[in-house]
Amino acid sequence: MRVLLVLSLALGCAFLVSCDDQTTADKAVEKGILIFGNSSEPQGLDPQLVSGVLESNIIRALFEGLCVEHPSENGTALPGAAKSWEHNDDFTVWTFHLGEDRTWSDGNPVTTLDFLFSYERMLTPKLAAEYAEMLYYIKGAEDFHKAKTTDFNEVGVKALDDFTLEITLRGSLPFLPEITKHYTWYPVPRHVILRENEGDIADPDSGWTMPGKLISNGPFTLKSWRINDHIEVERNPHYWDAAQVKLNGIRFLPVNNTYTESRMFFDGLMHVTYTLPPELIPYANENYPDEVRSELYLGTKFIRCNVTREVLKDVRVRKALALALDRESLINNVLRGGQQPTYGMVPPFGNYKTPRSVEFDKEKARQLLVEAGYDGTTKKFPVLKLLTTDRDVAKRLAEAYQGMWAQNLGISVEIEQKEWTSYLVAQTNLDYDLADAGWIGDYLDPTTFLDMWIEGGGNNRTGWFDKDFEKLLKDSEHVPDAGERLKVLQSAEEILMSEIPAIPIYWYTTNYIIDKRVKGWSPLLLNNHPFKFISLETNTE
Amino acid sequence: MLRFIFQRLLQGLLVLFVLLTISFFLISALPGDAFVKEKKMSEEALQEQRARFGLDRPVPLQYAMYLKRLIVNQDLGISPKKNREVSYILKQSFPPSVILGLNALFIACVIGIPLGVFSAVKKNTWFDYFSMGFAMIGICVAAFIVGPLLQTFIAMKVPALKVAGWETPLDILLPALTLGLAPAAYLARLTRGGMLEILNQDYVRTAYAKGLPFLTIIRRHTLRGGLLPTVAFLGPAFAGLISGSFVVETIFQVPGMGRHFINGTVDRDIFLLLGCVLYYGFLIVILNLVSDIIQALMNPRLRDSL
Repeated sequence: MRVLLVLSLALGCAFLVSCDDQTTADKAVEKGILIFGNSSEPQGLDPQLVSGVLESNIIRALFEGLCVEHPSENGTALPGAAKSWEHNDDFTVWTFHLGEDRTWSDGNPVTTLDFLFSYERMLTPKLAAEYAEMLYYIKGAEDFHKAKTTDFNEVGVKALDDFTLEITLRGSLPFLPEITKHYTWYPVPRHVILRENEGDIADPDSGWTMPGKLISNGPFTLKSWRINDHIEVERNPHYWDAAQVKLNGIRFLPVNNTYTESRMFFDGLMHVTYTLPPELIPYANENYPDEVRSELYLGTKFIRCNVTREVLKDVRVRKALALALDRESLINNVLRGGQQPTYGMVPPFGNYKTPRSVEFDKEKARQLLVEAGYDGTTKKFPVLKLLTTDRDVAKRLAEAYQGMWAQNLGISVEIEQKEWTSYLVAQTNLDYDLADAGWIGDYLDPTTFLDMWIEGGGNNRTGWFDKDFEKLLKDSEHVPDAGERLKVLQSAEEILMSEIPAIPIYWYTTNYIIDKRVKGWSPLLLNNHPFKFISLETNTE
Repeated sequence: MLRFIFQRLLQGLLVLFVLLTISFFLISALPGDAFVKEKKMSEEALQEQRARFGLDRPVPLQYAMYLKRLIVNQDLGISPKKNREVSYILKQSFPPSVILGLNALFIACVIGIPLGVFSAVKKNTWFDYFSMGFAMIGICVAAFIVGPLLQTFIAMKVPALKVAGWETPLDILLPALTLGLAPAAYLARLTRGGMLEILNQDYVRTAYAKGLPFLTIIRRHTLRGGLLPTVAFLGPAFAGLISGSFVVETIFQVPGMGRHFINGTVDRDIFLLLGCVLYYGFLIVILNLVSDIIQALMNPRLRDSL
């Protein structure tokens, strides 16, 4: 009995203590700490060993590339580790001048040696970097990575002195500064990794990324990390632009369950959510009209067609399937997140004009199917399987496609749901007919959506290829004029869309809720907000 | 008694071995491995990664290597997905699960056992119907319904309670309640059954006839026998509770073990998964033993057979 009494007293006290008006988010605002929903536990924090969006959010706070993202302008590069840069006439040789005041969070200077080390480490086959292809723009990088040469001097990166880095590319790349914003191009601390891994450049051990050990060069440093609970970063006192940094820290919460995440926001436990599930959009719009955001995001949703399947070999069938989908209705009734219906594979941005290649036209779709011989009498359309995942909206989306094809083409499609890894394996092995899929761009250039469709490309997964398409992609690397180059890429996309190995459905939006006190957070196509420009204001009036 | 414990521990080792072997081959039989990503890795990188974790060898050889490392070096290996030692991950994740499980068990016992005892005593009254109805609901309504309901109608209304998170002691309350509700219901039904059986025994009738006070009869003469099935249930239930629940942990953002079971499977994180299986298996073996010993202490007939 006495135990019970003590227990209830303790509970009562705890209740009273925590019964103040301030929410966790309020207190964090006072402390200058941003609480950020980050979906899942990151796979790691070594910029060279990860390939996901949620990892990149944390890595962007910790590290800094040669250039950094502008807080509100898409495609503008600001000085990062490099204070300035220049290029030759045809954009094949770039010289980056590192700022001499740039240091690691332990006070050591960031020099060209760090960059050479980083690129060599990333490209050393033994490290098995997941996304080493991002460095293939550098001359000789691919050969070194594929062990055709073991001499790193043959790779086009050179240190002219401690603070001048020269990068020679395999072709013209007017947008190299854009690429250097990607975490695969970030420097990693040479002195720390060599010390931790006993001088082995390619030891994949990630011990150096643990709290207390991780040394970074970005606006923040790692403070604490508890698996499946949080990762917290704090202001880096050695950061060269520390005066610009307004936040004292960021707390990344790996909240897997999107409903829990939204409820956490409503309950004052978070400032920015990773996403907002479609079911909660109406509720949020009604109760938090100023906090809900729906912004275009550089990504395309599409359905892969396995062109090695007899029926899908016929381009008319693929086109018919594409034309029979009413994208507007799908977005308004199923997704409800303000997505944009596509008319091509590459989302339109900057000066790139996406060729208009697909739209909803059921008459034409039916006609194409008849032309392909499926007139309903002589040849019967086989039952196709649509592969999808077991994730949130995947099933509803698949059912909508299924219904539209049944209604508009009179064909029946079965839905096959698989858990994530099996779903990926089935696509890689071409063990599917149609597969619901998508792609998020890594940088602001059409090639991030076009490069994947080359023959044998790991992300192609359709069995389709086209020599002319690949030739245009190759050609584009040798067109120094930015405008002309985009035109070449446009022609490449026209070929891709005339063959339609993947049926584009919609361009992504990112839907989330953000506290009104978060300032400096503007819509960005890559959703890669530079944390150094973000602040929390106590007074929202 | 000591011989019994020793025997059971030996049996436990065998159970763990069989469990580990079956799990290893089942996980290996799943399509894909930890390196299957949406953004496909290059063939070279894939081979390099597989070689690093020995996953490029034939499965029986992989198994032999794993066993050797486990027995000789007491090493659970490195998680191929998270690139960290499995023991490090488990060490971080099991305390929250144990705390949550203990609290859930406490809640289950506090609700379930009294409810069962009173239902048995007040057999076929409105109290009995009501509490057994409640128990039925507790068993039927899944945690993924109870959890969000508690979040929406309690956590979002009461300022002191948070929707999710794992920082203050108060954060334990709602997940523990969600997790404890189903076992509470089981306990209530089991206790009622056990008590009813004892209440009909001759010696209880004798006690009544002797004019003993009602509470003394319940406390002294029936609880011990009536709670036997409950104790038998509590052992494995306890192991289940403290090894984590995926649903409750994801709903309430508890950084425990349950999430590794599910995410480890989806990620094909073979060594992390085996670590979890081993942990869970170990708990079941030990707690079953403990529950057997307690039963023996409570039941003289069992004690003699040890």
